[in-house]
Order: sequence, then C-alpha cells, then structure tokens
Amino acid sequence: MNVKNEILYESPRIGVFVCDCGSNIAGHLDCPDVAEYARTLPDVVYAKENLYTCSEAGIGEIKKAIKEQDLNRVVVASCSPRTHQPLFSSSCAEAGLNPYLFEMVNIRDQCSWVHMGERQNATHKAKKLVRMGVAKSAGLAPLDEIESSLVRKVLVIGGGIAGLSAAQALADMKLDVILVEKTSGFGGLLQQVHRLDSGKSAKETMLTIIDDVCSRPNIVCHTQAKLKETGGYIGNYNVKIETKEGLFEEKAGCIVVATGAVPLVPQGLYGYNGKNVISLMELEKKLKKQEFSAKCVVFIQCAGARTKEKEYCSRICCMIGVKNAMLIKKKHPLTDVRILYRDMQMYGTYKEQMLWNARGMGIRFDVYNPGNPPEVKEGKLEFFQAVTGKTVSLDTDLVVLSTPLVPGNDSGSLANMLRVPTDQNGFFLEAHAKLRPLDFAADGIFVCGSGRYPATSTEARTQGIGAASRVAAILFKEKLVKSAIVADINPDSCVGCMACLSMCPCEAITYNREKQTCEVNEILCKGCGNCAATCPSHSAQLRGFKPEQLLAQIRAV
Amino acid sequence: MLDVGRHPNITLLAYSELEKVEGEAGNFTATVRRKARYVEEDKCTGCGACAKVCPTPVEDLYNEGHAKRRAIYSWFAQGIPSTHAIDPDHCRVLSGKKCGICQKKCEAGAINFAQKERVSELYVGAVIVATGYDVFDPVKMPEYRYGQIDNVVTAMEFERFLSASGPTAGHVYRPSDRKVEARIEELEKKVKKSQKVLDRFERNHEITTHEFYGAYKAGNLNPGEDLEKDQDKWAKKYEAHLENARPLKTLREKAKGFTSAKKLAFIQCAGSRDLRFYPFCSGFCCMHSIKEAIIAHEHDNDTCSVIFGMDIRAVGKGFEEYKIRGENNSNVSYKRSRVAEITKDADENPVLIYEDTKEQKVKRQTFDLVVLATACAPAKGNRKIADILKIDVDQYGFFKTDSANPLDTSRSGVFVCGCAQNPMDIPESVAQASSAAARAAQTVINKNDKKAS
Repeated sequence: MNVKNEILYESPRIGVFVCDCGSNIAGHLDCPDVAEYARTLPDVVYAKENLYTCSEAGIGEIKKAIKEQDLNRVVVASCSPRTHQPLFSSSCAEAGLNPYLFEMVNIRDQCSWVHMGERQNATHKAKKLVRMGVAKSAGLAPLDEIESSLVRKVLVIGGGIAGLSAAQALADMKLDVILVEKTSGFGGLLQQVHRLDSGKSAKETMLTIIDDVCSRPNIVCHTQAKLKETGGYIGNYNVKIETKEGLFEEKAGCIVVATGAVPLVPQGLYGYNGKNVISLMELEKKLKKQEFSAKCVVFIQCAGARTKEKEYCSRICCMIGVKNAMLIKKKHPLTDVRILYRDMQMYGTYKEQMLWNARGMGIRFDVYNPGNPPEVKEGKLEFFQAVTGKTVSLDTDLVVLSTPLVPGNDSGSLANMLRVPTDQNGFFLEAHAKLRPLDFAADGIFVCGSGRYPATSTEARTQGIGAASRVAAILFKEKLVKSAIVADINPDSCVGCMACLSMCPCEAITYNREKQTCEVNEILCKGCGNCAATCPSHSAQLRGFKPEQLLAQIRAV
Repeated sequence: MLDVGRHPNITLLAYSELEKVEGEAGNFTATVRRKARYVEEDKCTGCGACAKVCPTPVEDLYNEGHAKRRAIYSWFAQGIPSTHAIDPDHCRVLSGKKCGICQKKCEAGAINFAQKERVSELYVGAVIVATGYDVFDPVKMPEYRYGQIDNVVTAMEFERFLSASGPTAGHVYRPSDRKVEARIEELEKKVKKSQKVLDRFERNHEITTHEFYGAYKAGNLNPGEDLEKDQDKWAKKYEAHLENARPLKTLREKAKGFTSAKKLAFIQCAGSRDLRFYPFCSGFCCMHSIKEAIIAHEHDNDTCSVIFGMDIRAVGKGFEEYKIRGENNSNVSYKRSRVAEITKDADENPVLIYEDTKEQKVKRQTFDLVVLATACAPAKGNRKIADILKIDVDQYGFFKTDSANPLDTSRSGVFVCGCAQNPMDIPESVAQASSAAARAAQTVINKNDKKAS
C-alpha cells in the first residue's frame, strides 16, 4: 500500500465536486447552493461547482485540487456511477490518490430527473445525498486491486465439432490446449452422421479438422480420458484427468465445456423396434452403409420432443429430417417420402431454401396435432390430415422417428464437478440467455455446442471458435486484475456457522476445518455482499461497504 | 454498448462510412469518411440542452415516425457516443436561415456549423462486417393495406409503443385514435383563438355571441352604431368558429370511447417465406411476436393476442417453453394460417380474412390492432460494402460464407457476423460476434492466415 495513502487515511480532507451537467442538473436544482452547503460539512476542505465535471476541464480541477488542497477523499455529485465512476476514480488515481477513496453521489437520476419542476425539493434532496456521500467517504479506506497470475493453457472437454473448433482456434491464437475426449476417437455425434446439410460427407469434414488438431504442437490430445477432479479458479485451475495410462494433474487458466448431447432413443414410441420403426440416427447409419431400401418412408418429427416432460424444441431435427428425406428422394426417386410435423423449424436462409427444394422434389409434408398423433401398426401408418379433414392410411415399410438431443448422462456430474449450473432440461446454463451465450456465470469457464443446447454442426463450430475468443480475452492479458471490492471474513470472530457459505452465489467461501472458520477466495468473490448481510457475528464484511461506512452514511440522512 | 464506449482498446467512429479497403489480410488500409456532425465530439457532453431549445421539429425515425425529434438530436437517449448531431436537411442555420439557438445554449461550446467531413485512414489487420439488416417495408404487400389502414403497424412500430420511453409511454394506443386526438388538439388551438375574438365582441357589445347571431340571422337585430359596424365581421367570425367547434365536439364525443388496443393480431412472415419478396425465414420474428404479445398482456391484463403463422418457429433455448407460457398465462393463441387480406370496418378496426386450416373454413375476424412481423431484409448497403471490400454476397443479398468456415467471407482477413450473414436472433449473433473476433485475432496474430480453421 502506498505510504502517502496510509498516512492520509488518518485525518480526512474531503473535496466535493458538484456537476451542473450543463443545464441537465443545474436546470432543475440549485448547484451553487449544493456546493456552498457541502463546504459546511465536516471534514470538507474544498467544494467546487463545475459546468461539466466529466469534461477535461472538470477532471483537471479534481486533479489540481487533490494536489493543491492535499485532498485525501473525493466526492463527485453528478450522474450515474454506472457510466462515470470508472472515469472519476481513475482520474483520482492519476493524481496520486487511491481510487477507492473516491465516492460518487447521483444527483442527476435521483434529483434533477425525478424531481423536475420541484427545484426546492430537488435541491434539498441533493444536499442530503451529498451529506450522506461525504459521511461515507470520511470512513473509506485505501484498497489495492487484486492481482493474480494466469496459466496460459486451456482445458477443452469434449472432442466433437465444438470442442475441436475451440481447440483449433485457441491453438491458432498461440495458446496451449489440453483436449480431453471420453470415447476412443474424436468427432462426437458427427461420427455417426452420413452427410452434412451442405451435402458434404460428415466423415471427411471431420477428418480434415481432426487431422489438423492432432498435428498441432500446442494441442495435447487425450482420448478415453475423463476429468476426475477440478479445483482452483480463473487463471489457475487444477484438474485431474484419468486416462488409460493413469491419473495425471494439469494446470489450466480457463476451461471450455464442449461435451455435446446424445439423441434420445425412442423406446416405447410409435412402436419403435429398430427395424422398420427406427430413429433418425439409425437412418443415418443405414444411409452411410448404403443399406437403405423402402417403398414408402415416413418421418415423424418431434418424436419424444415438445411433450409435457420434454417441453423444448430440439432445433436441429427438422433440418436433419429434411436433409435425409432429400438424400433418399434423390437416390430413390420412386420412394414415397413423407414428413409428418408440428412446425417445420427451418429457420434462416439456407434451411428454408432446403424446405422449398424438398417440396419441389416431391417430398410430402403434413401437419399433425400432438393431441391426435399418427398411429403406427404392422406396416401401416394412419394420421389425420388437417387440410382435407380426413384420416389417411399409408402402407409404409419404414418409419423414421426424429427424436430430440438430450444431455448425456454424465453431464450432471460434470456440472457438479465444475460447479456450473444446468437448466430444467439438463443442458448447461449460460450466464445470460441473450448477451453471454458462451459464458458460465463462474469466471473462466465457457460452454459451446450441443451441451448448451442442440446446435447444427455449423452453429457448434461457430460457438467453439466463439468460446476460444472468450478465453483469449482473458488469457491475452499479462495478469488478472480485479476490483478490490470483495468480502473479508475476520478469522478471530468467525464462529464457523457457515451461514455465509450457503448464501454465496459464486462459491467463493469455503470452510476451513482446521481453523473452524469460513474463508473467502478473493478471486472468486464478486463483491455482492450476501455474506456480510448474513453473518450473525459481523465477521464477514464487504470492503468499501463496511458497517461503519454504511452506518455513517445512513446516520447522515 | 456502454462497455464498448468505455473500452480502452476500442475507438468508436460513429456517423462514419467505409470508402475503400486496400491491402491484404494482416495489413489493410481502410479509408473512412467521417460525416460532419456540426458538433465537436471532444466538447459535447451529451447533456441534451441543445435539443430542448431547437425550434425545428423533425419526424423521429427512431420512433418509426410516431414522435418528433429536433434538428439537433441524438438517435436515442442511451446512444453511444452520446455526442449529438445536427441534421443538415432540417437545421435552419444549415439551410441558410437565421437561428443558432443551440449554439447560444450549448455551455460546452460544442456547436460548430462550419464543421466539414473528414477522411481518415486506418491501418488494420482484419475487418469484421457486422452491418445488420433492414426491416422489410410492408407497403409492398398490397393485401395487408399497410399505410392505408392506420391500425396495421409493423413489429418495430409496436416495439416503440410498448417502450415506456416511446411515443405512447408504453400504452398500446391505436394510431387511428392518436390521429383523432392530434386533430382534436389542432382544432382546440384554433377554437381557443377564435373564441378570444368572439369574447372581445361580447365584451364590447354586452350580449352573448349566441344571442347576437340568433337575432342577426332572424333579421331582428337592432344594432347601435358600434354594432352596425361590427355585425358582419362578428357573424363571419362566428361562422368560422363553428366550422372548427362543431367537428371538435363530434370528435371529442368520439374520443370518449377510445381505449387502448386490447385485441391484437400478429401476422407472421410479412415478406418472409414469400416468393414475391424473400423466400427465406427471418428466424427471429416468431419469438418477437410472442414476446410483444406477452409484454402487451403484462402491461394490460385485458389484452389478448392471436398469432397467425404457417409454423411457429420457437427454436432457441427456452423458446418453446416461452411460447407455451404465453398461451397459458398471457392470453396468447396461435393459429396456423397465412392471412390472405386485411380490410377495415367503420370504426377503423382491421378485419382479417384467413383460412382456418383446422376447420378448412375461410373466416373473418375483427381486431383492434394488427402487427406485421416484417422480414429481416438484407441491408440496402450490402452490395456497396461488398464492392468496397471485394467480398461476395449470396443469392439473397447477405454476405456469403461457407458452412465449414462460418465467419469467413470470400476474402481472407474479412469476416462477417450477425444478420449481415443470415437472419438470426440475439444469442446467435453474440456467439457469432465472439467467433468473428477470434478469427480476426488469429489473422492479426498470424499474418499467414490459414483458411483451415
């Protein structure tokens, strides 16, 4: 800690800057009056009203006052800390003041905006808020940002198209990769697939990628390998991997989860028997081995999907169904090919074009209602054709059930091991459904491919490369630097009740059996303050928001 | 947006257009035309004082024309950068008239009417195209009478209605009703003005206008010298007054019955999956219609919505569940049909004509408001960008990639993500953006870009 800060901490010399924001604040409350008032508050040695505190001139005045007035606390009364706190606190740091000795008061959103046209009330409230900010700032302590080292190696779990693409992209960005695959070969689900939607052979496409991955000096590949144990945190994960050769330990800075999903076996659905009523994946195998022959083949979409038990739409089965229907029709033009569906999920340009083309080839599409599903018995299929209002009976020698992808049976245990959440369907749950689709809430762990949600091979590849980008954004930095606003637990007063442990959403608190106290991992802690609010002995406290700091603020109201 | 605006490694060049790109992957020189804002970026703090005093109202395109902005403006309140800009087509000073109020009001001294456009050269290793899409203009579909029936709006207009900071403050008022209300406001102003004139006559002659006019028309007015002079003028003024006051009364009566729109219809695939316009599926519109129906119901629990579509494509994570939730909790129902035509009844209510495919019957159904889920059209500027960057577009006009290299365009070192490549929803766009960033980083790190990854 900076010596100057240590000494200054003793007796507060507070500077207050009140921003007019042009007329945005000053138009609705009396800024000079607020500044005048601030001057009368305890420990305030300097107060100034600025036209725009965030402008170069305004920042210059803060820096000048820190030096000339020997300020050791700065309070800015202006707009939202969300937008401007980083600017003001870093400006304080540039003038030699610890950035955590800065406090911000929002008199724009909370005064001038919400009390427009009530000048007196708005001014009165602004004064109160400034008084609270000043009271809190007097008790602030200088803090140092938390730094941690970064291991520039990435663990990728899963050797399907998503994991392979992530590994390739990471290696391309000069990062070391450990690629772990539980089966004996890479390729994942695509190993079983005949052709991709582009018409290319799935096997050949995969082999090109696999060959490239295996030839990279900075990718270490392990097949028939399993993750056994993980510990540590972003930048420094410790993992134990079990292979045929035995158990070995590795360090990794980040982890990419690309474990994929498996197709549901339609046991008990539509008379599934694996012979003339088969699953979509079994059809892929038949096509691959060139064993397909049928006079009339009917695909039933949503077999086992979009039901009460499995509400979700598996996204990719419509496209796979159409793709295979087209392959069949092309090779066997005389075969009657039909698709029974609920909604054809052919989103985007390419897939919708496939649907137009499929219709053009003579493949027939019919809607069925889940309340009145098709019936399959002894070489016959009956369904209610809504557009004609009649029940249609077909002599069919092959029924293909398009079943959804479901999470693999070990994804739950992997989630537990990595301490990441899964959703109600068992897929991995990302940090934010819209804005952070590839991140987990836990820092340093990422997700891509069908383990997150069913994805086409192109989407899985995109996500794999995307996850690599998320990793690179962390590991390209020299070291990990994070905010000093984290929780501390005082080991002298902690009784080890573990109340905080269950409240922590970041799993940053552990119980130390030897000392019988709880401990915070600074790197994992995100400073939410749940533990501080829960701790019955006040042993857990959040830096920058300690009870005495908050109480001073409340008492100033 | 805020994070991008604040990031030390990101320089934002808003209000700028790409002119030329030369060189090769790892080593491009890009020429960018930076348009004149007439506001100095380093001085403007985005406080908005200028827009408050600007006297020139301009149609607000951000609010789809349902509100007015000023000639000096920011595109929307939270826009990054918050730097304002002057619209040269409407600003009085820039069209040679007298004004300059904003310049006087701006305490930061940021207004500069003499600002010229500048051309910058940038040296970059890779280029990412993320130019998005255009919303299809449903005027092209004569059967839906968009632009003729006031209460047929696009999804984007409806989004603005639902926004608490939008033109209707989050209430779903019908455009036809808002038109009437605007007319009432206009007439009120006129009537108030003419009433003042009538008041003056009344004061001067100490009889009411009504009494005067009755007698004047009946011919039994017994005018004194003053009234003799004023009588024709007074009568004419009164007649002109009535011309506004009478319709005002009728309209006020009519407006009493106005409520917000409660029966909503959403029509999917307006311009998509349609060989006349775009044969492709726009991917995200089914979900935004469901979302809009749910939000409208949250705002007003009496709202019920019918979504008309050929398929309801709820294909993303949690989407099918969301669709079911709309049906169970938010009065949303789904009808498999392509609406054939929209007409209107005497109360400006849109009437939908469609075939109920379940019952094989043609039906007519009346709604308060119809929302068209308009297609995700390739951006108009795509071909120009394609020419500048020397990259290919596909048969629809989106930038071309191939499935093995989903971010790579036909030119090495130039990548594409989001709806510039293919219609897609937010999470997909975000994931693609990350991937494009990785591809760009690889190019910069390793100038000998290999096409393999």
